[in-house]
Amino acid sequence: MKLDDDDFTLFGLPRRFAVDRAELDRRWRDLQQRVHPDRFAAEGSAAQRVAMQWAVRVNEAYQRLKDPLRRGAYLCELAGAPIQAESNTAMPAAFLMQQMQWREALDDASGTAPVEALQAQVHDAERRLLAELGALLDDRQDAAAAAEAVRALMFVRRFGDDIERRLEQFEAS
Amino acid sequence: MALLQISEPGQTPDPHQRRIAVGIDLGTTHSLVAAVRHGVAECLPDAQGRLLLPSVVRYLGGGGRQIGEAAREQQAADPENTIVSAKRFMGRRLADIADRERLPYQFVDQPGMVGLATREGVKTPVEVSAEILASLRQRAEDSFDADLFGAVITVPAYFDDAQRQATKDAAELAGLKLLRLISEPTAAAVAYGLDHGSEGLYAVYDLGGGTFDISLLRLHQGVFEVVATGGDAALGGDDIDQAVAAWSLAQAEVPAQTAGDKRAALVASRAAKEALSSDAQTRWQAVIGGRERSVELTRVQLEALARPLVDRTLAAVRRVLRDARVQRSEVQGVVMVGGATRMPLVRQLVSELFGREVLTNVNPDEVVALGAAIQANALAGNSRDGELLLLDVIALSLGLETMGGLVERVIERNTTIPVAKAQDFTTFKDGQTAMAIHVVQGERELVADCRSLARFELRGIPPMAAGAARIRVTFQVDADGLLSVAARELGSGVEASVVVKPSYGLGDEQIARMLQEGFSHAESDIAARALREARVEAERMQLATRAALQADGGLLGEGERNEIEALLQASAQAAAGSDAEAIDAAVKALAGGTEAFAALRMNQGIRQALAGRRLDEV
Repeated sequence: MKLDDDDFTLFGLPRRFAVDRAELDRRWRDLQQRVHPDRFAAEGSAAQRVAMQWAVRVNEAYQRLKDPLRRGAYLCELAGAPIQAESNTAMPAAFLMQQMQWREALDDASGTAPVEALQAQVHDAERRLLAELGALLDDRQDAAAAAEAVRALMFVRRFGDDIERRLEQFEAS
Repeated sequence: MALLQISEPGQTPDPHQRRIAVGIDLGTTHSLVAAVRHGVAECLPDAQGRLLLPSVVRYLGGGGRQIGEAAREQQAADPENTIVSAKRFMGRRLADIADRERLPYQFVDQPGMVGLATREGVKTPVEVSAEILASLRQRAEDSFDADLFGAVITVPAYFDDAQRQATKDAAELAGLKLLRLISEPTAAAVAYGLDHGSEGLYAVYDLGGGTFDISLLRLHQGVFEVVATGGDAALGGDDIDQAVAAWSLAQAEVPAQTAGDKRAALVASRAAKEALSSDAQTRWQAVIGGRERSVELTRVQLEALARPLVDRTLAAVRRVLRDARVQRSEVQGVVMVGGATRMPLVRQLVSELFGREVLTNVNPDEVVALGAAIQANALAGNSRDGELLLLDVIALSLGLETMGGLVERVIERNTTIPVAKAQDFTTFKDGQTAMAIHVVQGERELVADCRSLARFELRGIPPMAAGAARIRVTFQVDADGLLSVAARELGSGVEASVVVKPSYGLGDEQIARMLQEGFSHAESDIAARALREARVEAERMQLATRAALQADGGLLGEGERNEIEALLQASAQAAAGSDAEAIDAAVKALAGGTEAFAALRMNQGIRQALAGRRLDEV
């Protein structure tokens, strides 16, 4: 076992999009039980440093594996189709149109209720895209198409964050 | 190693081998020290049998100090020299202290951290806190008639990096070996959860004297995972006292002009507030301007004054639930911590928000110290239930300033620690050879709205076209929640790197100077103390290394093993002498020489975990 093994190997999980969340959580806790610096608090600084490195590595992998979007992006990368979110922004026209409609709806919303309705719509879209991403990665092994689905999901997620912020503003005022 | 030190079931470790480790709740209004004795965590009393040490330090002049109750009694008579609630000023600059006009101190604006002018000169909040810690340390050493192995000190979950660093500095100044800083709500959850065998999702609502924290934790077979945390590092029961004082003074139609008046008004307000937790009405009585003033105060009026502050805590609770993406109904219990949760209004509003009765069957004053003691005992390797593990998060996002005064977040709040993350940046101008790096903490988009933690410059970047250099900035947050930042130029193969500690931390020199100046704990010879500490550290390292060799010596070749044996012998020899520096050097050599061995052991541990073997099967 090495620090630079991939996340799935580190967690002893099959390299696929579908993940048993309870099993993932269990393995994370087991790994931290082994490597957390607290386990070595009574030892010297050498063990502390090594423990810290491992604990950081385990947390990094856990953060990536537990978030379906980041997990999807990671699988694309492992399969040789990196996301390149900054350089590759080409999206299908229909998708962009939908994005614009959502943005307008959010700008026009004057109260909590319409924003929450929009939020439900966006959550639905996110769920659909995640299901599609899972099929592309696990069933069809089409990493290039999966990378495009990940880019779409990144748009949707960012918009979801904007909705959250707007709801917070309503609550604060 | 922790695993190896677990005794057989039913056997207590040899009392002489047992390491005395304590938990300290360093509170705004009072502090406690607790330890695990005979398998049970308990708070340690002082010689008079009191558990709570008021967090008050009075400087008497000529190096004399009063700490605790004696100082508290004199706070109205000698307000400038009697420092109350120093925790509120930890790691803060003068501009950060919003209510400084209402406080009876002579603040001194100094770089890094605010100072307080006393008759013994300017004292930092770190020095004041160190006095309190040293007093608790003395209490613990007297209780056990032994030196301490180390301490776990609690901080509000919402403490930022500067406040944590300041707390760590105070521990060092008080001569305590800090095993870990842990969050107060997490400590409370440990004490509560282990007592009640709880599993599932719990909320800890912690309203102390000066800080408010709300944390959501998942409890699972001895693992306490913080899911999300939030709060306000400058909101507490003291603010309710301030509101009551302002209202009562207005009713009495007298202004509080002197420091003594201000302090007397606050003392009276606190007493009235506490009386109204059980009574419907009381009298607010204080000597202001040389005359006895008295105002009728009802619980209804108190609640009207407190309501806006309690509402602010409820907004923070809602935000944490949103952050964690959990519904209120998923929370299986709400543990109340902190003296201010004795107010019926607080209990009522929190119960309403969660739709369930809050849990008040833990002593809100003691629970944090008890949890810290349990964790300290586990970290010292005494614990038999080796499964206790705290997985905490950082409460506030960390980022860097980018062009236009905007914040680029590098580590998001509620990320489990320890954590490290790197982000790449590039140069803005052709031929640029230096880059200014400004580290900030907070949730806002603009640098101006966040807390500035540190600034440093990366120099020696080889001249290149704009955008060609690749500068990797790495943030690392350790298990104490403390940040270090390094930057390095990757593009050309030329590397320059720098590691900073946030500017709020005291420099090693400053700490050395303060130690030299002497604390109430350090009337003994500093050199003798250094020698004793070096020997303890040497013994700790030797024991740990021997145990490791015994368990996993098979991982080493003969040559490697002999090298370690030689280092062990050298450190034992040094420890037998009386040269503290020689001992330190030998211990350092031992630590360096066993690093590869430690890595091998870790790898073995991981493989076992991956093979699906549970701890209890090993």
